[in-house]
Amino acid sequence: MDPTRRSPSPCSSRTPSPRTPPCGEMLGYVGIEAVLDQLKIKAMKMGFEFNIMVVGQSGLGKSTMVNTLFKSKVWKSTPPGLGGPTPQTLKLQSVTHVIEEKGVKLKLTVTDTPGFGDQINNDKCLRPLDIEFLQRLCQAVNVVPVIARADSLTLEERETFRRRIQHNLRTHCIDVYPQKCFDEDVNDKILNSKIRDRIPFAVVGADREHLVNGRCVLGRKTKWGIIEVENMAHCEFPLLRDLLIRSHLQDLKDITHNVHYENYRVFRLNQSHVLPRGPGWVNLAPVPASSPVIPRSSKVPGRVQEDSEEKF
Amino acid sequence: MASSEVSRHLLFQTHMAAKTCISSPVSDDEQGKKENIRSLTMSGHVGFESLPDQLVNRSIQQGFCFNILCVGETGIGKSTLIDTLFNTNFEDHESSHFYPHVRLKAQTYELQESNVRLKLTIVNTVGFGDQINKEESYQPIVDYIDAQFEAYLQEELKIKRCLFNYHDSRIHVCLYFISPTGHSLKTLDLLTMKNLDSKVNIIPVIAKADAISKTELQKFKIKLMSELVSNGVQIYQFPTDDETIAKINSSMNAHLPFAVVGSMDEVKVGNKMVKARQYPWGVVQVENENHCDFVKLREMLICTNMEDLREQTHSRHYELYRRCKLEELGFKDVGPENKPVSLQETYEAKRHEFYGERQRKEEEMKQTFVQRVKEKEAILKEAERELQAKFEHLKRVHHEERVKLEEKRRLLEEEMAAFSKKKATCEIFQNQSFLATGSKKDKDRKKEQGYRLELLCFDVRACEPIGGRKGAEEGRGAPVQWGGHE
Repeated sequence: MDPTRRSPSPCSSRTPSPRTPPCGEMLGYVGIEAVLDQLKIKAMKMGFEFNIMVVGQSGLGKSTMVNTLFKSKVWKSTPPGLGGPTPQTLKLQSVTHVIEEKGVKLKLTVTDTPGFGDQINNDKCLRPLDIEFLQRLCQAVNVVPVIARADSLTLEERETFRRRIQHNLRTHCIDVYPQKCFDEDVNDKILNSKIRDRIPFAVVGADREHLVNGRCVLGRKTKWGIIEVENMAHCEFPLLRDLLIRSHLQDLKDITHNVHYENYRVFRLNQSHVLPRGPGWVNLAPVPASSPVIPRSSKVPGRVQEDSEEKF
Repeated sequence: MASSEVSRHLLFQTHMAAKTCISSPVSDDEQGKKENIRSLTMSGHVGFESLPDQLVNRSIQQGFCFNILCVGETGIGKSTLIDTLFNTNFEDHESSHFYPHVRLKAQTYELQESNVRLKLTIVNTVGFGDQINKEESYQPIVDYIDAQFEAYLQEELKIKRCLFNYHDSRIHVCLYFISPTGHSLKTLDLLTMKNLDSKVNIIPVIAKADAISKTELQKFKIKLMSELVSNGVQIYQFPTDDETIAKINSSMNAHLPFAVVGSMDEVKVGNKMVKARQYPWGVVQVENENHCDFVKLREMLICTNMEDLREQTHSRHYELYRRCKLEELGFKDVGPENKPVSLQETYEAKRHEFYGERQRKEEEMKQTFVQRVKEKEAILKEAERELQAKFEHLKRVHHEERVKLEEKRRLLEEEMAAFSKKKATCEIFQNQSFLATGSKKDKDRKKEQGYRLELLCFDVRACEPIGGRKGAEEGRGAPVQWGGHE
């Protein structure tokens, strides 16, 4: 750690406040950046949490997909056709596990939605029920659409299907993750545009290992070959895994906490008229007449907030 | 064929298992059993070990915020120490000793070191210890700290809130500067720290430590700590629950309070320029651990425990304030019959109570208002009656006067008529006698005899204008001065 003399230039572009406090120039190394290590230690001690919900027709391989993502038996995957009669009503089932990797603890909760959409056949394009459902979901949670069972589509078919879905999503203004309005700077935009171009990912799930060219890989064995799950040429599973776990997990949590939860909170508090407005016995700041200008920084509830108020 | 594949598969599994870290977390196990959570072992590399890095990246983007409160007498070296700690010359002027009240002066600076942006706020007490009444010294500080908590609580309770964007002004650490007398804590110091210890993390420092010798310093430190303990003052303890920093933190805890020297002046020692204070008998080097504890303070405050200080402020001191405030307002987590009650229920109950109260007050006010109106009406009616009576009385008086005046006028007119007759008769006689005698003497005598006017003074000032005017009008016919008898 060499003592470096830093010029206070980038702070002005990032600071949202109109009155920028004076930038102090430090004449030598102080040790402020050690706070990052402190953060890491704290985070490792506390552990992380992640809650994921999988939605789709039964038999699409949702459980297998989750198992593949986390490389463990999160769900006991039911082979198709052998499960009981599909339940008519939608009942959610959650299961929680703690997994650890290199000292990092993750408490993972997976929620399944058995029985949803079994009456729907959306292998051509998104149907009105899907549209409606997706629109509502996107207001409340980060949605990542995924093309399941991509092993039954050729590469060209995949591409066509993907474009069609993207077109559908755009026409109906369904804002899936990563949402455009939360891109903070140029780097984010570039990175996320690449991701947005490939959504929905065409994935294949598998939790069995097979021997291919002397390597042991996760894959599905079919009569005409072995589909390697982690091979980018075969399917886009690595992209999904990277998005969900390796690069954007914290971001997903941030948006949920700062945007979706806050929107829900506003909705709930307004709905039950819990807080008396104006001068009351609780010294609360009265709701300002015009909605406050929220500077764009760190996952701000921007456009989404106004939308949700109308919808609700 | 199949069996060999299976056996190779099994071999691979064990190999992978050895690679990944399987040890299940000890602390989570018990909780896990409670919540029926089982630990899973993974068969391959998933990749969420990058999570702490993701978190750190997010924090870097957001920036950090740190607020230091310096409490100490004027001239004890607060500003100099802060300058030295952060290796900057924050602009500041020397304060006077003659402030009647303690004021708190807060200044915010943006510092950056590699990719870490720090929004640093320094709050200084101006005029601390200069008052005669000790309570006036520490109360403004307590009020300031509470005000910052209050501001945060207000933001938290808003409907549309932005906590992640909120400039957190809550004080994360209070550096309490103790005078290097070498004897013991002053009463003011004890009182102040006692009032602050449940609201903020206190790190006591011995200021201007170059004024005490090493042996005296040891004794002083022991005395100070024992006084703090015996008076029940809770100062901040560097946390020792994490193995990586437990050792250094516990050793530092033993060195409290830190004896510090601050200086931004540089002195050449050997072949380096170091921050130091130059005396005729030697040089006190700030960053020399043999000379003072400055390096320890910087290490503890910034490099090792900044995050913990922030954490404690939020999860302990702020939570305590919040709980007290909400309880003050009448909120409880447990309702009557000891059943847990949600915030919403409490709000609803409070709201009903409030509206009921307001209704009652409105009724009361209405009653009072009606009462007052009645009273006022009665008073006004009474006044009206009085006026009416007065008016009647005056009218009567005028009428009487008028009658009297009429009478007098009549009499006067009669007199005038009689006089005119007399005059006419006299003239006839005069003419007759003049024609008969023609003597001057008689003429004069008769002339003198002729006119005799009686002036009746009639004072009209006491009468009402109506009556007076009428009288004047009526009297115009006769060239007589009216007057009135009272």
